[in-house]
Amino acid sequence: MMKRKALDLWVGVFVAMGLGALLFLALKVGNLASFSAAEAYLIKANFDNIGGLKKRAPVKSAGVVVGRVEDIVFDTETYEATVAMSIDRRYGFPKDTSAKILTAGLLGEQYVGLAAGGDTVKLKDGEKLKITQSAVVLENLISQFLFDKAADGGKDGK
Amino acid sequence: MPATDNLVEVENVNFAYDSRHILKGVNLGIRRGQVVAIMGPSGCGKTTLLRLIGGALRPTQGEVRVNGEAVAKLGHDELFALRRKMGMLFQFGALFTDLSCYDNVAFQMREHTDMPEELIDDLVLMKLQAVGLRGAHRLMPSELSGGMARRVALARTTALDPMLIMYDEPFAGLDPVSMGVIGHLIRRLNDSLGATSIIVTHDVAEALGLVDHVFFMSEGAIVTEGTPDELRASDKPPAHQFVYGETDGPMPFHYPADDYARDLHATEGR
Amino acid sequence: MTALINFLENLGGRATGSVHRLGFASRFLLLTLRNSGLCLRRFSLVAREIYFAGVLSLIIILVSGLFVGMVLGLQGYDTLVRYGSSSALGVLVALSLVRELGPVVAGLLFASRAGSAITAEIGLMKATEQLAAMEMMAVDPIARVIAPRFWAGVISMPLLAAMFSGMGVFGGYLVGVRLIGVDEGSFWSQMQDAVDFQEDILNGVIKSVVFGIAVSWIAVFEGYDAPPTAEGVSGATTRTVVNSSLSILALDFMLTAFMFRGA
Repeated sequence: MMKRKALDLWVGVFVAMGLGALLFLALKVGNLASFSAAEAYLIKANFDNIGGLKKRAPVKSAGVVVGRVEDIVFDTETYEATVAMSIDRRYGFPKDTSAKILTAGLLGEQYVGLAAGGDTVKLKDGEKLKITQSAVVLENLISQFLFDKAADGGKDGK
Repeated sequence: MPATDNLVEVENVNFAYDSRHILKGVNLGIRRGQVVAIMGPSGCGKTTLLRLIGGALRPTQGEVRVNGEAVAKLGHDELFALRRKMGMLFQFGALFTDLSCYDNVAFQMREHTDMPEELIDDLVLMKLQAVGLRGAHRLMPSELSGGMARRVALARTTALDPMLIMYDEPFAGLDPVSMGVIGHLIRRLNDSLGATSIIVTHDVAEALGLVDHVFFMSEGAIVTEGTPDELRASDKPPAHQFVYGETDGPMPFHYPADDYARDLHATEGR
Repeated sequence: MTALINFLENLGGRATGSVHRLGFASRFLLLTLRNSGLCLRRFSLVAREIYFAGVLSLIIILVSGLFVGMVLGLQGYDTLVRYGSSSALGVLVALSLVRELGPVVAGLLFASRAGSAITAEIGLMKATEQLAAMEMMAVDPIARVIAPRFWAGVISMPLLAAMFSGMGVFGGYLVGVRLIGVDEGSFWSQMQDAVDFQEDILNGVIKSVVFGIAVSWIAVFEGYDAPPTAEGVSGATTRTVVNSSLSILALDFMLTAFMFRGA
């Protein structure tokens, strides 16, 4: 009988350790604590070009993660990309909030940046943002730069 | 169903593994309360017969009845219900090596009954006392000698007071003293429980001094039967050879082979 | 010519033999699942096996996890520092462990530590007629012996894998932060930023559960199917380690392809 008690104790310790390790992974290693999708509302935004934005990319405002990209689809009516984002319920945004696709560092991953406007009415679940700014595509940037240079050069020559 | 006094009835049973015929038309009846021996040379199908009675195998043909029930026709649950009334002692005891002697004997009581632990405790100690090993109840099977392990297994086999006890080579590999002890226990337990016992063995001296009736098997069939005295006096060649341990007789010394001389020459060409 | 025919015959025999065994193994798994009721009613049977399969594997799992994490810390730092991104060390250590190394290495260790022991034990029980004796006592060995060992393996495996990953992250932290001096704050925060609960941790847990089922299934089956001789049992034990290691790696490839493709 004594042996049985000791055995049960060890098995209990083992299971507790295993669950503890899982909890450690979920809370300390993972990001379960920082954001849960359960208490969130959805907003949408259209972009001309999303660049390299991916699903589950962070949505930040003033550098703080406030949500995640839920879904990215191609809108066949406007020929734009529609990005759906779930935003934490704790963070309300005014109706005239603008969205921008930004890059973390020079080579980092892309994320959506929200800049709050001045409206007093808050965004509701499922509403669409009016003002958006697309991702910066490096090729476009360079070609524009060269084009401007060429135009300038033509003016100087006259 | 004919009202007989037989607990076990084997009727015209054939059994084959694939195409190897082990049993060929075996008939026998075992009376209640008796201790009987099934004897015969190794490989004659004794153990197979025991497994058929226990329902571990099904006959290819014929019927085995225990207590009036055809064993092979029972469903899983009915077979298990019948087996609770049977006990089988395996050749080397087959004690559960991860349980102590005590837990081995208590195994069936815990699996099959809702008896309170105090009652089980008393019963286990009584069963172990009957085989003289109450003092060893804390030992693990690996700490026992062969004879002691066999006795603990005997206590375990009789734990739920079975009506039929089967012994598969109970004397194999034991010293003469342990052999005598086991033989004595088999008889005493059978009589005190009012059970019926079947002993499969090729140990002539020990078995003949113990049993009420002997079936003698050879090459998958019963060749002769009778009381020990009748068998000793039997002039049937296989039985005679076996009882008196003669090296040659109807049981050939050689395994069937091709012509000897031709085989020796053939090796050169191999 | 006869050699060729013999060879082909042999090959064909092996192929049909393997298919036969696979069929029997599947039927055996089904039988085990059907006879699992006893495990639920008497959980102490499973607890006992968790002790042998899980608790006794603890030391090897924890120590290996620690060392694997420490090596990841050293090697990862060495590579990352060339690109000036040593602060991403936590991400590297955690993702490699949680997604791949945790389930896979813990699975391989579990197969060789606990799987082989389960096979050897069941094989020996069969060889010494303990299983036959149990059956003659009207106790189904599949319900009483096989199913508890199977479920103990299935339960222990994810717990062991989680402990392995946890220990590995700790090892990476020891080497990266304590020894080399990567900034502690960025080590943890970048890790938390990059490791997703559903995408990474939950998928890792699913992997370890699948590996647990595979290893336990192979271990109990090989034990039950072992020829009742000394060579039979030793051969079955070897097969358990080889087959479960191979199936862990193959399953890992398939699961990874399903889970992380296009993410």
